[in-house]
Amino acid sequence: MQDFFDIDSALSEEERAVRASVRQFVDERILPIIGDCYVEGRFPNEIIPGLAELGVFGANLPEEYGCAGLNNVSYGLIMQELERGDSGIRSFASVQGALVMYPIFAFGSEEQKKHYLPKMAAGEIIGCFGLTEPDYGSNPSGMITMANEQADGSWVLNGAKMWITNGSQAKVAIVWAKTNGDKSDKSIRGFVVPTDTPGFTAKDQKGKLSLRASDTSELVFQDVHLPKDAILPKSGGIKSPLMCLTQARYGISWGVIGAAMACYEEALTYATSRVMFDKAIGGFQLQQQRLAVMLTEIVKAQLVSLHLGRLKDSGKLTPQQVSLAKRNNCDIATDVAREARRLLGANGILAEYASMRHMANLESVYTYEGTHDIHTLILGQAVTGLSAFN
Amino acid sequence: MANTFAFAESRGGALRRVAFETVSAARALADACGGGEVHAFLAGAPGVSSLASELGKYGADVVIVVEHPGLANANAESLAATAAERIRAGGYRAAVFSASAQGRDLAPRVAAKLGVGMAADVIAFELSGDALVVKHPAYAGKVIATLKLTGSPAIMTLHPGARAAVEAPTEARVESAQPAADPGASKVLVKEMIAGGGAKLDIGDAPVIVSGGRGLKSADNFRLVEDLAAAFGNAAVGATRAVTDDGWRPHSDQIGQTGRQVSPDLYVACGISGAIQHIAGMRNSRTIVAINKDKEAPIFKVADYGIVGDVVEILPVLTAAVKEAREKG
Amino acid sequence: MKIAVCIKRVPDMETRFKIAASGSSVDETGLKYDMSDFDGYAVETALQLNEKQGPGETVVISLGPDVVQEQLRKALSMGADRAVQLKSDRVPADGLAIATALAAELKSGGYDLILFGRQAVDSANATVGPMTAELLDLPCATAVSSLEIANGRATARRELEGAAEVVEFSLPAIVSVDEGMPRARYPSLKGIMAAKKKPLEVRPAQLGEERITIEKMELPPERAAGRIVGEGPAAVPELVRLLHTEAKVL
Repeated sequence: MQDFFDIDSALSEEERAVRASVRQFVDERILPIIGDCYVEGRFPNEIIPGLAELGVFGANLPEEYGCAGLNNVSYGLIMQELERGDSGIRSFASVQGALVMYPIFAFGSEEQKKHYLPKMAAGEIIGCFGLTEPDYGSNPSGMITMANEQADGSWVLNGAKMWITNGSQAKVAIVWAKTNGDKSDKSIRGFVVPTDTPGFTAKDQKGKLSLRASDTSELVFQDVHLPKDAILPKSGGIKSPLMCLTQARYGISWGVIGAAMACYEEALTYATSRVMFDKAIGGFQLQQQRLAVMLTEIVKAQLVSLHLGRLKDSGKLTPQQVSLAKRNNCDIATDVAREARRLLGANGILAEYASMRHMANLESVYTYEGTHDIHTLILGQAVTGLSAFN
Repeated sequence: MANTFAFAESRGGALRRVAFETVSAARALADACGGGEVHAFLAGAPGVSSLASELGKYGADVVIVVEHPGLANANAESLAATAAERIRAGGYRAAVFSASAQGRDLAPRVAAKLGVGMAADVIAFELSGDALVVKHPAYAGKVIATLKLTGSPAIMTLHPGARAAVEAPTEARVESAQPAADPGASKVLVKEMIAGGGAKLDIGDAPVIVSGGRGLKSADNFRLVEDLAAAFGNAAVGATRAVTDDGWRPHSDQIGQTGRQVSPDLYVACGISGAIQHIAGMRNSRTIVAINKDKEAPIFKVADYGIVGDVVEILPVLTAAVKEAREKG
Repeated sequence: MKIAVCIKRVPDMETRFKIAASGSSVDETGLKYDMSDFDGYAVETALQLNEKQGPGETVVISLGPDVVQEQLRKALSMGADRAVQLKSDRVPADGLAIATALAAELKSGGYDLILFGRQAVDSANATVGPMTAELLDLPCATAVSSLEIANGRATARRELEGAAEVVEFSLPAIVSVDEGMPRARYPSLKGIMAAKKKPLEVRPAQLGEERITIEKMELPPERAAGRIVGEGPAAVPELVRLLHTEAKVL
């Protein structure tokens, strides 16, 4: 896509190099197979070693833990390029990096960090993040999964989680549970649960019409015994999982730009070659309107995320700022994908074109990591001081 | 008045068509210098001198013949040293090589030995004052550069086929010469020559090229492309980068920005979508035909004629039709 | 082995180029740049040789203004050990001038192997590699599609028209690489970070005399628009008729 606003001049050479490498990987290893994976409903596990070697897992975590040690703008660009391929691919990387490696990094002991992070960066241990429950999505504070400490310091975990990306492939689940019968969200702690522990089951959620090239599962914990070192020692309260979500949402705000860019490029190429009434359809006013709006929204979203990345790198980022970016960017991306699909006409419903796949995927991205509506209320509360949550 | 030099390429005891092109070009340059002589340089195994009179047909006044058993295969070091010495001694205004595989290997060495620059892959040339002005395709053929080369001798390699060989019969005088460097002492030696399969016409020489891409769906289906090429009689088979990467065809068949750049009279693109890097290799073909099942495929934007449909179904029908048309005469 | 690879910064060839107002260069507005394709194969070849036969050193060299450091850093992020920029305000049109500067840099480097791409995809001359070999009086094999090295001896395959030749030579030598040689790896993200710490030296380029200048650049004539003759095998007779009567190629 043409760099219409010369945003590249605001990126460092290193950031552009990171973007170029991931783009090349996606072009060569993901785009040729992703349409089929989506139709078949499978995540291409065979690319996990390649993604690991490229270094995308936990890319903004420090080199001392085997990670790339990149800044947050580079991390965002990685998410953008992965989602240009498919939201399912980017979701895999988001979960592994922001929702599994990040909590271990932020709340784990030094042993946990040294044990898990390098192997997770290398793609040898895949993880998943268990927060959402069947009856507690937008309101994670209401969760009922409970972990009870035993006399010897070990824990017994009971409950269920749903809509868990990477759930059935993960070797390890970061599970958030209330503790010791205390139903307030202050008792929430994070646990590193090996998925082969007796009592832990993961089941694929079938019948998805969105994020089909992604593994989505329910997790069930029936008297799962965990050793005392399974707890993330520095975790405490709902704030801990929310901090992880802030990391993921930041990456998502960039990721959806990638999907929008892919749709826009596809639409523009089509518009300039598809001929109707003796003229390329890109010459008709209504199609130009579509393209102009798409371009404008993509440029605005890029500038929002770029500035957000700079704020994050300078340590000034607030979760509400991330809400603004996630909400806006997911919203415009779903519009761009839909309008691109419409511009493509009948061809736009075929799997060989990317737009409808992106359009369907983006409905999930609009919904997960805080629905659009939830972020609306977060912003509303931030500016008025008044909660409209209930 | 000044003389010009032409490298007459031969292989396996026969002159290649590009040899006549370089002699003709040298003839045109000599004429532009007030009608000097054309000295053709012919090297090879003993017996290669018998080819000298063929060069006379295209206007070579003198044929410098270097015969040596060590020159049976190409020997760049010895040929470059010998050619450079002759060019230096002969005071030529210009020295023309072909931009063939051999020419591209040889001419830069000769130029460096003589301490002069060279113009590569020239599609048009003229002498202007004390400079040689040439046109040369650059930027994957998307830009034509006009370059000015000063100094004498002006060394250039001529794009094969850019300028037809023109007969200008002359009585050629043969001068024997010895290699200036012992071919046996060369540091890079040809250990083995591998001929292309059978009488396969090279894509650089063929007036017709039938090329196949991913749309053929399998390596086996390339036989349909070969059948069509055979039906044309004078056609070579080309391939896209996608299918050479997949190993369906050898890299030497690849047409594109990093492969061969061709300009046949007719290019038939079968099951090729028309990626920019492929088009860079064939956009200068005189007539382009494309067969692809996707009517929005970019190849149709450069093609003169297109058929939309399954290439696997269409090729046998086209092959039969071409055979019949050629038989009818 | 100690391997040097000479690389060039070129614009992305997928661009629709425009001619600059001066008429003698391409309009650089909005152009994206990368390492020339064949140069990427050359860097990859060097890295693979040193990975298989290691330990060794891969040094990348590029001539031009400071912007070429971006391509040098890309080579470093692919795994090259050291980079050298031969600084000059532009890249001359005369290959011999460039070869002169490269030869001066390479001469005392003690390299076992010096690699070039067969040609730069923008200027498309294919002269600098073999000219540099001449100036350094090193054995040279151009346009190589496969290369094997063992105990200081090299075997390479060169594609000719309708044939191929297999050549042998001893190192040190200069080789220019063509299709058939491995494609450039994309730098890993850790590689991009590591590149920042690798040495990149800048020295003035000692260019030779320039005898070639670019007078003009122009776009080739547009092809006349073509047409779809029909669909499926039924369109064949009409195509054949047009090839015979209109295009006169049959």
